[in-house]
Amino acid sequence: MIDRVALFVTCLADTLSPEVGTATVTLLERLGVEVVFPPEQTCCGQMHANSGYPGEATALARRFVDVFAPYDAIVTPSGSCAAQVREHVSGLLDGDDEGVPQKTFELSQFLTGVLAVEDVGSGFEGTVTYHPTCHSLRLLHVGDAPLRLLRAVPGLDLVELPDAEECCGFGGTFAVKNADVSSAMLDEKIAAVLGSGAESVCACDSSCLMHIGGGLHRRGSGVRAIHLAEILAS
Amino acid sequence: MSQAARDARPKSFSRAAPAALANAQLRANIRHATRSIRAKRAGVVAEVPDWEELRSAAAAIKDEALGRLDEVLLELEAAVQAAGGRVHWARDGAEANKIVTGLVRAEGAREVVKVKSLTTDEIRLNEALEQAGIRPVETDLAELIVQLAGERPSHLLVPAIHKNRTEIRDLFRVRLGLPTLTDDPAELAEAARLHLREAFLRAPVAISGANFAAADTGTVCVVESEGNGRMCTTLPEVLITVMGIEKAIPRFRDLEVFLQLLPRSSTGERMNPYTSLWSGVREGDGPRAFHLVLLDAGRTRVLADPVGRPALRCIRCSACINVCPVYRQTGGHAYHSPYAGPIGAILSPQLAGETGAVASLPFASSLCGACYDVCPVLIDIPSILVHERGKVVARKRSGLEGRSMKLLGRAFATRIGYERAQRLGRTLQRPLVKDGWITRFPPGPLAAWGQSRDLKAMPPQTFREWWESRDRA
Repeated sequence: MIDRVALFVTCLADTLSPEVGTATVTLLERLGVEVVFPPEQTCCGQMHANSGYPGEATALARRFVDVFAPYDAIVTPSGSCAAQVREHVSGLLDGDDEGVPQKTFELSQFLTGVLAVEDVGSGFEGTVTYHPTCHSLRLLHVGDAPLRLLRAVPGLDLVELPDAEECCGFGGTFAVKNADVSSAMLDEKIAAVLGSGAESVCACDSSCLMHIGGGLHRRGSGVRAIHLAEILAS
Repeated sequence: MSQAARDARPKSFSRAAPAALANAQLRANIRHATRSIRAKRAGVVAEVPDWEELRSAAAAIKDEALGRLDEVLLELEAAVQAAGGRVHWARDGAEANKIVTGLVRAEGAREVVKVKSLTTDEIRLNEALEQAGIRPVETDLAELIVQLAGERPSHLLVPAIHKNRTEIRDLFRVRLGLPTLTDDPAELAEAARLHLREAFLRAPVAISGANFAAADTGTVCVVESEGNGRMCTTLPEVLITVMGIEKAIPRFRDLEVFLQLLPRSSTGERMNPYTSLWSGVREGDGPRAFHLVLLDAGRTRVLADPVGRPALRCIRCSACINVCPVYRQTGGHAYHSPYAGPIGAILSPQLAGETGAVASLPFASSLCGACYDVCPVLIDIPSILVHERGKVVARKRSGLEGRSMKLLGRAFATRIGYERAQRLGRTLQRPLVKDGWITRFPPGPLAAWGQSRDLKAMPPQTFREWWESRDRA
């Protein structure tokens, strides 16, 4: 049983969505897990890696491994960053990863797989639809872990998102480099979210939520983009 | 697309995309067609209990062939020659075009019929033939439509995916001289059939591509749906096959694996209607002469890069294209390459040495990974896209993006630098923030974001500041 974890909050949530980090802390502590926050952490290097800057990405991967190696388990509220650590860090470091990737867990996988809980003692009123982010779905294979957690929340009415597995069009620098195509993809995602009739759209990545949420706000929609951690911490 | 547009200097993907995005008819056609092919594919793939084993086997066979391609190609050459065929080697498209044009001229032919034209599209063979006074007739229905319209294919497998039947009717009315033609699919097909039958019977030379070529027996394989391939490979006196060197497989029996994977992945069929296999020539049966043109055109360059090399496993099924959310928005023309979609985004830049407009293609992806999930030969397309981005960035002069990335890399290297960057961001955003949101953007990358999205502003406290304050409390 793991009762102490290091939180990898991600640079994006740290800076733009701190509420996702605080919710993750609240949730894990409620489940009896001690959370430590290594303040030396910065970024896992995903943006550099995916944008074509492997040199910078490798340096950041090295730093990530050094900062987190002392801990038994690392939990992060991001499917994309967890996937970067689990799938790519080792390759960037030629295998010299000190076992860090294997003990890094995306939040929903940590809850359902390691802690083996589904009902995390939360309560949330409202209609929610779930967008499976691409990296959580296709790189991490979280499967229905987030859905099982959401279904166990009393008061939460989970509705299906049409064409749920389609990308929202974020894709990191893709959103600005190919802004027209990215926007067209976002249009379809937002139409699906609005079509679901949900009051909130939930996901396991602050980055995709920043994208979908920014699109909803631009359209004056009242639908809220909310991270899974925030619902589960409520 | 007009002739002028076709000849225009190719644009980068991001510059070419807006025109495609503005074409609502094109997007509707593509959405409809890819959606229905995807559903069919998913259905027939789910029926195969050993699908994953087949994928692994196919990847292993292709890797074996690519790993000793020098031997495999010589074996193929020997087997084709032993069976009465002739083999020609072409370093690039120009060389291949010269060889083919010369062979057609030697037959005194003024017209050729063509099938499986993707590789010949890559090297622009039709233009070379036309310049030599030879008329190429595309015989795949969709290729014919695209040719009559003076356009380029927009999809590997469904080259006219961007056209609907009303557009095709209008085209046939003018180009085939059938002013009373309706848009009834059967009537359209019949018009094309009559047009093509005459060409099949008339043309002394056929030019084909190849799906596979087995090195041990010298057998070339063409897989198709309409029977036009069978016509081309049996009726004319002379058959010329232009094949990329990566299509060679070691053994005839390897076809067993690929012929299960290909039709299910491409058209969503259990089996394709026509599979033509031939080894050299045979007296009194089919063409009297067979020429195999083996084309490099950048393939050995791809082969030399161990990370990018798996792109050469591709069997041109187009499953990746049909699931790609980027392709679905733009169609194939925005890629400015016969290889569109995810496979095009990794193959075209590698073939071109990461130069020209196709160097923009590795960035034409959100890295959603849907392509890798469906690839029948397990090409990790997202990883190769990232690798190609690195190669493109390394070739370019460092612009604003390069400098920003370097600065951020340096800032994120230390806690002090990272926290300073956070504070700086909060200060810089101040004039833009209203009610916790940024809704108006200065010119630059932020403006591109602001095209369709607002941006939640950085809140007054970062997570780490909250954590520190909690620790103190």
